[in-house]
Amino acid sequence: MYQPATDTSIFRLPVAVGILAAAIRMATPYLFAAVGEAISQSSGVLNLGVDGVMLLGAFASFYVVLTTGSLWLGVLAAVIVGTLMGLLMSLISVTLKAEQGISGIGLYMFGLGLSSLLFKVMVGTVKTVVGFQPIKIPFLSNIPILGEIFFQHSLPVYVAFLTVPLAWILLDKTTWGLKIKAVGHNPAAADSLGVNVNLVRYISVTIGSIMAALAGASLSLALVNLFQENLTAGMGFIGVALVYFGGWRPVAIMGGALLFSTVNAFQLWMQVLNVKIPSDLAVMLPYVLTIAALALAPKLMRQPIALNKPFERGEH
Amino acid sequence: MSVEIAAETSASSRRVAFDWKDLGLRLALPVLAMLVALLIGALMLLLLKVNPLTAYAALANGVFGNLYGFTQSLAKATPLLLVGLGICIAFRASVINIGGEGQIIAGALMATWFSLTCRTWPGYLLLPSTMVMGFLAGAAWGFIPGILKVRFTVNEILSTVMMNAIAVQLMNYMLRGPLMDPQGIAEGTFLPQSERLPRQVWLPRLVPQTLLHAGAIIAVVLAVAVYIFLWRTTIGYRIRAVGLNREASRHAGINVPVYQALSLTLAGGFAGLAGVFEVIGVQHRLMDGITSGYGFSGIVAALFGGLHPLGLIPASWLFGSLLVGADKMQRAVQVPSALIDTVLGLIVMFVVGSNLLSRRWSARRGIAVAKAEGD
Repeated sequence: MYQPATDTSIFRLPVAVGILAAAIRMATPYLFAAVGEAISQSSGVLNLGVDGVMLLGAFASFYVVLTTGSLWLGVLAAVIVGTLMGLLMSLISVTLKAEQGISGIGLYMFGLGLSSLLFKVMVGTVKTVVGFQPIKIPFLSNIPILGEIFFQHSLPVYVAFLTVPLAWILLDKTTWGLKIKAVGHNPAAADSLGVNVNLVRYISVTIGSIMAALAGASLSLALVNLFQENLTAGMGFIGVALVYFGGWRPVAIMGGALLFSTVNAFQLWMQVLNVKIPSDLAVMLPYVLTIAALALAPKLMRQPIALNKPFERGEH
Repeated sequence: MSVEIAAETSASSRRVAFDWKDLGLRLALPVLAMLVALLIGALMLLLLKVNPLTAYAALANGVFGNLYGFTQSLAKATPLLLVGLGICIAFRASVINIGGEGQIIAGALMATWFSLTCRTWPGYLLLPSTMVMGFLAGAAWGFIPGILKVRFTVNEILSTVMMNAIAVQLMNYMLRGPLMDPQGIAEGTFLPQSERLPRQVWLPRLVPQTLLHAGAIIAVVLAVAVYIFLWRTTIGYRIRAVGLNREASRHAGINVPVYQALSLTLAGGFAGLAGVFEVIGVQHRLMDGITSGYGFSGIVAALFGGLHPLGLIPASWLFGSLLVGADKMQRAVQVPSALIDTVLGLIVMFVVGSNLLSRRWSARRGIAVAKAEGD
């Protein structure tokens, strides 16, 4: 019978604080990816290739930092990669009206393959870089407990959480957001009102893709500070699931991301402590939880009606 | 039953005047997509300062240079064909199955556990029952997203992706726990792999000293069976009707949810069988990375074969060859085989992207034909 050592028991405050701080940090890539995907999907385009974009973004930013040492050039590289991948996805799914679920898988395979290829040819072995350092926010970080959980993270973590209100304002409070949602719900009507459906979709998909690339960069420059083949291990797919989970609302998506990362942080802690629950079974928990939540979530009332449907003028 | 009538008439008229040009176009577009993807691959090689001709020559030589490479391409085509058959059935019902990876693992895991547990059984009993059990395990892995889709409206793309992750973790657990090779434990290596399966469950090798096993023949027979199933039976007809027009099918009295769930279940079963063959035909044990990404590359093969079981036979051989050639290329000229993964991704995007062109082209031809007949 396993007896947890008393000084690492979860009921002791430092352990609980550590787990929660890790949960906040680990939510970062999911937030970038899922909030970006929510914008893309609100315009009616399901981009299933998020994981591939993340991998390429993670590699590009890692490689630039490795060779130049400049974090900001690394972030710029991720933005460029995200833009290019977004345009590629838009070309295939918006202009050429491909079945989005499948073209997204193509984009994923492309990103996975290309990031592995470039990594093997240009880097070869796993190396680390000096990533973003934690920034203690003055005053706030000194608050007991809360300060340690929320206000002692690196810049990408804060930015990830900042994207949530920004996306909410964009989608719910601006004309642009109205256009995006109109195009996602009733493209024919939007078209007849003079909205350029394809242009709005190109922009939304590209914004989503840039955020996916930043999600990758947050992994390789802030969370693990290295790159290896298939670094994301399917995180991008979880990001897509979180969008459904949160019903296309940025704040609810953040709730889902935090739930997911908390379970993950908890499970990592169990692994470290060697608690006698098979850690591989604990790793399954978040995925089972996601499926259950998708099944029990209120029924897709807010799903963009034209999601996954290419727009063709005069078809309706 | 208006759909049935409409479908029947269009089918019979197609039988009268088979549109060879249309078929030619259907074949030409994927091939063109592949050539463009390979060309882009060559450009990437140039940027990486590798001579693309040397790389592609090494790739071709890996497949056609000797008998081993050729049999190897057929061995790799087998799981692609099986996974692709499942993808065909699901896509024909308008259900997107991304869960091939998880379903392969479910089949492989079950085959390993079952054949090790019943290792005292004679081969004529153990071999078929292992295949059936593996098929059922894969089918169960497809049934869960299927039932979630029709009962709880959970998007099957998401649930199949989740089921993949769950299967990987389940396999990790089994290989490091209950199924770990006792020999590895005794010797202290603790390799994450299972014990060697009992000999009587190994599939016979078609060519000695190669990895080509009897499963390849079974896969081809199943491809013909799936063709007959989809185009010559009522259930298959209904699966296709659901995919062509859900609403019309519903009005025609077809129980749409049942056929959607069924198509995903069958898709899982075929992928599960691919997993069974990998353990009883190729590796003779379960180990990490047993899927080799076939769950995704099977989608490429299925699209390339025009989502047709018979078209899939040459398509899966083609992609089996590409995968074998990529391994050889990596060893001969040190070009990572990831290049071919990249090319596969491009092919998927180009093939689904070119569907619009082929639709427009067919529509234009349709108008032209109608005009000609009107004259």
